[in-house]
Order: sequence, then structure tokens, then C-alpha cells
Amino acid sequence: MQPFGTLKGFGVTFKHIFKKPITQQYPEYKRPVYPRFRGRHRLHRHANGLEKCVGCSLCAAACPSDCIRVVAAENTPDHRVSAGERYARIYEINLSRCIFCGYCELACPFDAITLGNEFELSEYSRDDLIYTKEMLLAEPIKRVPIQDPDLYDTPIPAYKSSS
Amino acid sequence: MTHFLAAAGDAGEPWWIALIKAAIVINVVLFGFAYLTLLERKVMGRMQLRYGPNRAGPYGLLQPIADLMKLIRKESFFPAAAIDMLYIIAPFLAAFTALTTFSVIPWGPGWEIAGYQVNGYIADLPIALLLIFAVGSIGIYGFIIGGWASDSKFALLGSMRTCAQLVSYEVSLALSVLGVILMAGSLSLVEIVAAQDAEIWYVIPQIVGFVVFILAGTAETSRAPFDLPEAEQELVAGYHTEFGGMRFGLFSMAEYINLITLSGLAVTLFLGGWHGPWLPGPVWFLLKVFVLLFFFIWMRTTLPRLRYDQLMRFGWKVLLPVATVNAVVTALLVVWI
Repeated sequence: MQPFGTLKGFGVTFKHIFKKPITQQYPEYKRPVYPRFRGRHRLHRHANGLEKCVGCSLCAAACPSDCIRVVAAENTPDHRVSAGERYARIYEINLSRCIFCGYCELACPFDAITLGNEFELSEYSRDDLIYTKEMLLAEPIKRVPIQDPDLYDTPIPAYKSSS
Repeated sequence: MTHFLAAAGDAGEPWWIALIKAAIVINVVLFGFAYLTLLERKVMGRMQLRYGPNRAGPYGLLQPIADLMKLIRKESFFPAAAIDMLYIIAPFLAAFTALTTFSVIPWGPGWEIAGYQVNGYIADLPIALLLIFAVGSIGIYGFIIGGWASDSKFALLGSMRTCAQLVSYEVSLALSVLGVILMAGSLSLVEIVAAQDAEIWYVIPQIVGFVVFILAGTAETSRAPFDLPEAEQELVAGYHTEFGGMRFGLFSMAEYINLITLSGLAVTLFLGGWHGPWLPGPVWFLLKVFVLLFFFIWMRTTLPRLRYDQLMRFGWKVLLPVATVNAVVTALLVVWI
């Protein structure tokens, strides 16, 4: 009977007032990201403090949105920055253009660049979205909670998350 | 005008008390409108397992103020091809008529304060009910003119639908209250309320009329499930598509105040007005209006929108015959019993 079906609908909506909303209150509660979440880039160092990046520009070549700029320079014995022959004198990522595809990560032969977990990247100016090498090498200030890697990591061994 | 003032100042009440009461009632209604929007968003949110606005102030209580500030500070947008005069007048017409209709609704027994007689209504017109319907029909012009003058196909379609829907349902709305008028023997809302206190709340003998009144009233204020004039999925926003800032705010205000007036009218005609045990009259009135408003919000969350042909068929083939039969049967019973 259609009228009774309509009344049943009224009952359903009224009952839902007393249920707990499923909304996640974002700035107070940050939902944990998955281990392989592609957020802000990070540059890495070797254990002895030398940079992994050798300035080969493969990441810039792989980048579909052309947002990476690398200017390489030679390492000298008294000014050694990276482990290789050359190092990245300038390494900039324009995050207002980046699409977070992760191709730079795949292209890098030394695992020097990876995509981290930070996603709160808002700035008041476009200029502030150009991340320099120092910013990318530094430990990120904002920490984002990560889901349990054992539960959510990829089953493919080659792509296992390092974190 | 003189007649209106005379009506306002009757029953031994100085005219300036009516003026003060009018100012108070207008502010209460505007306040009610502001917080009705918040209530609607909150209740709808909870019914859909959301919180609704909860950022501005504690529990989002300052949200209407924030909305108002936003609307006032917005650029006064104006379509190049709009017809200036009508485009500007339409929102004012809608808001003005919406506010006017509340003046004849009684909300208290009347008091004697500091030796002055204070009536529980702003104006007791002998044709109050007719005035409400007449002014309400003028308010429809605001919607139609606004949609037409803004030179947009969505706004025009929206106002065409408003026109068709409001004309269809106004008939049922007027017929549904005919039973009440026959039983009370008066068009004055004050006397209708007094008659209900003497006999019985008219919702019991006039339950058919009440249901028809609520359904036709929902369509008249173009609320879901009869919100075809502003069906977002088809018409962007209906007749106020091209209105922005406080002009849109006035249209929205007119709609919500029409809803409040409709609830107040339903309370006055069917639910015994401000009468009730223990609590003072205005509190009972507000309480009953609140319950009806909650019901309208509840209905909006629950029922999906009707199709246009269903809307027309329901209005002309169901509501109108039912309202007519109700009025005729009431008339026969009133005469013979």
C-alpha cells in the first residue's frame, strides 16, 4: 500500500535523528592515509648525510606536468654534496602544477625522491607553493597519521612501502 | 490605510501600542526566519547522518548571522538584459507581502500593561482570512515578475512553474479553510480562535480540511515534495536563478516567512490558536508553530519531488474534489445540526 509506505519513510527519517552522524570532523580528526598515499614529495639522504639525488633530471623528464626543475653541478673533493659525480644545485618542485602521479618516484634510479604523506599544502601565495631543495630535504613539520601498513600495504613485493 | 489603522487601534488600544507590537512581531518573525534556516539545515543534517552547520559559534548558532553578513556584503549582481525596475522591485514585493500577512494572526489573549489595553494581535480585521489570501496572491507576483524580468530561461521556466503550481493549489487551499469559516461563522481569525476555545479544535471535525490545507500549503510555499518551481536538478534555482546577494536573501526570506505564516495560519485555523493549558498564549502559539515547521522540514527530508504531471493531477483531481466535498458536507452539517 503506497500511503503506508510513505508513512514508513517518515519513520525512517525520524529514527535517523537519534543515530550518531558518520561525519569525520576534519581539522580535529585527521583520517589516517594509506601507506602508499601520494602526498608531498620528499628528498632523501644517505645514512652518512650525503644526498641521494645526483641531479640526473630523469624525474623532470618523466614529469607529465613539467613541474620539476633540476640544475646540476659537479661535486668537488672539498665540496661533496651527493654520492655521485654530480649533485642537484637547484631542485625545485612547483606544487601548484604537480598532479601527484608519482612518476618522478618511479623514474628515480637512486630512490632519492619519494612521495610522502603530507596533503595539507594550502598557501596564501602561488610563490609559496614552489618547494626548494631545502624544504624537500627537511623533515616535514606537519605529521599525518598513517594506516596500519600490515593491513593496507600492497601485496606486490617490489612495491612494498618502505615506511 | 485609515481603516487598517482603525482596525489596529480598536478595542480600547492606543494606536502606538499596535505600532510597537508590529515592530516586535516583525523582528520575532525575522529572527524566526533566520533560525528556521539553521533548524532546517541541522534537522536535515541529522536525518541524513550529518551534523549540519556546526562551525560558526557554539553548535553553529551564529550560522544565520554569518550567512546574513555574506549575503549583504556580496556584489549586487545584475544581468545585462534584465528589466531594471521589475528586477529590483520583485524581491521587495515578495518579502513585503510575506511580512504583511503575519499582522492579522492572533498570538495571545491580550493583556493590561500599566493601565493600557494590549491586544494579542496587531490587527483584527473582519476579513482577515481574505486579506491573507489576497496579499499572498500579490506575493506570487514577486516570484513571477522576478523570474521574467531577469531574462534567463531557467528563471522564466521556474516562474512559469511557480505560476501554474500556485494558481492550481491556491484553489484547494482556499476551499480547505471554507469548512472552518462555516463552523466559526466568521472570517476574523480572532473570532475563529475564540470559537475553537468555546467548542473544539477544528482539527478534529475538519481533519480532511487540515490535511488538504497542509498539503496545498506545502505546494503554495513550494517546499519539497512540491518544490518544482526551484527543482535544482532541472532549473538551477528556479525564479531566483539570476538573483544574488541580499536580493536572493529577500526571496529566500519571503519563502521561509511564507512557511512560518502558513504554519501560524494552520495553528490559528485548526489547532486552537494560542489556547492551551498552563503556559501563556504566545508560548503555546510558538510551540505549535514550531511543531508544524518541524513537520515541514521532516517532510522535505523524507519525500522525493513529484513529477510535473503528478503534481498537476494531484492538485486538480485529488485535492480539489476532496476539499470541495469537505466544504459541501460541512455546510450541510452546519445547516442541519
